[in-house]
Amino acid sequence: MKSLRRFFTRLSNFAAGRRADQRLQEEIAEHLAFQTEENLRAGMSPAEAHRQAVLKLGATEAIRQDHHAEQSLPFIENLFFDLKYAVRMLLRSPGFALIAIATMALGVGATTAIYSVIDATLLRPLPYPNPGELVRIEANLPGVGAHDIGVSIPELRDLQNSGIFQYASLSFFGTNNLTGSTQPTSIASKSVSPSYFAVVGVDAQLGRTFDPHDATPGFNNEVVISDGLWKSAFGADPHILGKTLRLDNDPAQVVGVLPASFRDQGQTSKERSTDLWAACGFFGDPAPPPMRSTRLPFETIARLQPGISPKAAQGRLDALVASLKKEYPADYPSKGAWTLHLTPLAETLVGNVRQSLILLFGAVGLVLLISCVNVANLLLARASARGREIAVRQALGAQRGRLIRQFLTEILLLFVLGGIAGFAILFFTRKFLLELIPESLPRLNDISINWGVLAFALAVSVIAGLVFGLAPAWFMSRSDVIGTLRQEGRGSSGSRERSRARQILVVSELALSLVLMVAAGLLLRSFWDLFKVQPGFNPTRVVAVENSLPNPNDPKTDVYRTATQEGVLLREILRRNRTIPGVEEAAVSDQAAVPLGHSQNDRDMLPLVLEGQDVQSSQPPLIDTLIVSPEYFHVLGMTLLRGRLFVDQDLEDTPSVAVINQAAARTYWPNQDPVGKRARLDRRKPVWTAIVGVIADARTESLADAGIPQVYLDIYQRPAKFLAFYLRGQVDPAAISAQVRTQIQSVDPELPVYRAETLDDVLSSSLSVRRFSMQMVAAFAATALLLAALGIYGTISYLVNEQRREFAIRLALGAQRGQILKMVLRRGLVLAAVGAVLGVAGALIVSHLMAGLLFGVSPNDLLTFVAVSVVLTLVALAASCIPALRAMRLDPITMLHTE
Amino acid sequence: MKEKPDVLQGTLALMVLKTLDVMGPQHGWGIARRIEQISGDLLAVNQGTLYPLLLKLEQEGSIASGWGASENNRRARFYRLTGAGRKQLQAETREWEQTAAIIARFFKVKAEDLP
Repeated sequence: MKSLRRFFTRLSNFAAGRRADQRLQEEIAEHLAFQTEENLRAGMSPAEAHRQAVLKLGATEAIRQDHHAEQSLPFIENLFFDLKYAVRMLLRSPGFALIAIATMALGVGATTAIYSVIDATLLRPLPYPNPGELVRIEANLPGVGAHDIGVSIPELRDLQNSGIFQYASLSFFGTNNLTGSTQPTSIASKSVSPSYFAVVGVDAQLGRTFDPHDATPGFNNEVVISDGLWKSAFGADPHILGKTLRLDNDPAQVVGVLPASFRDQGQTSKERSTDLWAACGFFGDPAPPPMRSTRLPFETIARLQPGISPKAAQGRLDALVASLKKEYPADYPSKGAWTLHLTPLAETLVGNVRQSLILLFGAVGLVLLISCVNVANLLLARASARGREIAVRQALGAQRGRLIRQFLTEILLLFVLGGIAGFAILFFTRKFLLELIPESLPRLNDISINWGVLAFALAVSVIAGLVFGLAPAWFMSRSDVIGTLRQEGRGSSGSRERSRARQILVVSELALSLVLMVAAGLLLRSFWDLFKVQPGFNPTRVVAVENSLPNPNDPKTDVYRTATQEGVLLREILRRNRTIPGVEEAAVSDQAAVPLGHSQNDRDMLPLVLEGQDVQSSQPPLIDTLIVSPEYFHVLGMTLLRGRLFVDQDLEDTPSVAVINQAAARTYWPNQDPVGKRARLDRRKPVWTAIVGVIADARTESLADAGIPQVYLDIYQRPAKFLAFYLRGQVDPAAISAQVRTQIQSVDPELPVYRAETLDDVLSSSLSVRRFSMQMVAAFAATALLLAALGIYGTISYLVNEQRREFAIRLALGAQRGQILKMVLRRGLVLAAVGAVLGVAGALIVSHLMAGLLFGVSPNDLLTFVAVSVVLTLVALAASCIPALRAMRLDPITMLHTE
Repeated sequence: MKEKPDVLQGTLALMVLKTLDVMGPQHGWGIARRIEQISGDLLAVNQGTLYPLLLKLEQEGSIASGWGASENNRRARFYRLTGAGRKQLQAETREWEQTAAIIARFFKVKAEDLP
């Protein structure tokens, strides 16, 4: 306590230091005057009186010093001196300071930028209470290779009663047509079990959310809406509670409005902007009866009991699975090997972006490292230039520790200024930079340049300054005083050590940039291969327009219930669409069939039961199912290999037919002709579907994936609610949406039309995250190469400068100028070669770590490694050329004269 | 010549406080002289050390200072005891007396007094 108080007194003294000292001096003078007067009165001579007074007082200077040391903070004071001195030194060589600060600004700025993205996506907890308790539960059948098959209602109840979770909920994301307002709109909505909001942990700002113990079997017709929808569609009506909306023709009563800050969880940005939640029990109409084997392909999220870690919960879940298997052996055939897997919700939301982001962070970390090395290199160069100053200071009695502290202060000042500059640039260009980030990045809206990011930037600068400043400071303080002073600053001794340090730095810089260049090269090749890959369909001049039909819970209100009813509508819309100027062809499919236009979890997977297979004993595999109109294949340019495509005669009352792709043929009918074979593709109706044709594989799911088994069904036999119309021809994508809307709404004014996109755009944005990380890593690699070139240039220049006397003597003794050039270039080449060898070793490790991000190129790709090494060597040679030419053109006479 | 004893660590502050208590407001030189007089020239106060001490005591709030005129009309800084200083003096006096009493008892003890 006392020492704390003393510290504060000292701190305030430190500010008021001069005043106290002045006062002390005044008082001492005053005292002397009193004492002299007294001595005079005692009869001394004036000179003697003063002398005696001074003697009696004691050593004033020592008292002042003691007082000062006692009353102030010498450490901080020295720091201020050092800082003042450091600023002066930086101002004296503004060129050096500017380069060093700019280099650090680049390194720290880039690192901080990537950090801010990672902070928002990976590090920041989900914006819900106790986010660590939220988990996603996935049911798998590893025995038959089926993943995320969903849970059945009895299973959900088992989970709920297991004691592992506070609440567990099912949710199903989709879209609903909201009618009654001026323009029918399609809104993102979720059907959720009533416990959903108890799981997420959000409360309504107006009204209430759902009662987690609500036991209504089907929809209870209660909905909760988002703040956004409340404001945009209802003008923030304060009497909204109790009002009835029409959703896909179903009446629904608003019971609550969520707070403005709430954003739903989900893997796609569409899902995160859900505007409406409807409560559903999922075990009564319209859901199928709650059988244990009737799994609902929905998402299960749950909130763990407080204090149970996800790992412990997984253990208890495994025990639950084991006991359920024992209790219901018929529902869990051993072949399927049913498991429940639990993942922290935050992890599932980031998904595959994590790897890309970690790669980017690694890349930017290397750039930071290289910029630090570069600045350390510059500092070492300065050390030799300042050798004389240092020697003089040492000769005057400066202690080594004091010198090191002084240099470290200077270096830290440089690094921190660089860090602040980098942060400032980042802050002022943040709008522009955010544009570069692909929209598909999860939690994009959470990215912000905040205090935490500033703290990160400063911490990085300080740590980098300490790590990379200590060695230069140590070298700088280590000079041989006498030698340096005698040499009149011709180059200080200890320079051999320093030049070795510089060479090590340059070699590591070259090695690091090689690693980055290899990573960039591999990514570039992957991207190029993906870009060049034959997708198996032709996206050019095709626009997809999304539309959806109402899907009411009460089938009696559905005017498009049967395939025949819907078929009339679709044929009329297609006919009208073909009349739009420029349109040559039109087709329709469900939205899952839009090539590359949806995320994986929108896939519609149906169990595939082959004819002649024992249904009871085995779990049927799930197959990617796409519902399309007969024109679909032609509009998208897909090739038929065997059999036939759909024809107009395939209707609801004719036998059900299907077209499969080659991968499906290979997987399920190996070494057979699948045409004419039959399979069952439905959860409820035991209808046999005949395979009538096989088409070539098309990469409609993912450009990187060629062989996903797919089955196509005819939309005139299997109605779909979420539709996409395809128009091929000379159409203006900006205007087409309105044109199609007019056509569709002239048939049924209640149908919304909401998104039009050219397939080229869809294809390009499916590569956006890859493109982004490829571009970023390439930019980082280019920066690294530039910095490494500067580093090798600086080092060779320095070596040439050190040896200029030697060169002059050699020239004077008759050496050829070409030999001098060769000598210097060889130096650069040796450095580059050592750097390249080390870099290749590092790059091999890194390229294997990032193998998951590569496509069509091996992590040991020889071409990339050779090309990158050649480029690096050439750049290193070019950078050494300038100082080498300078060495060659030395005039020995002038040189030897001046020395 | 026999060395005069140095002022015991910490006692100088007590002397200053007591002096101000007895004499009322006083300037630096006056305090120094007074201490010298009372100690009967037995104590070698290095007068210079007084001033840092005065500054310190003032920062700690035991004394306060202000400008005034001395007996012979010289402008001087006068120090006076504050309330906190008076309390500190009382506390320290008590402590000092206790210490002195204990030491005194030790000196009084003879071998035959011990049980």
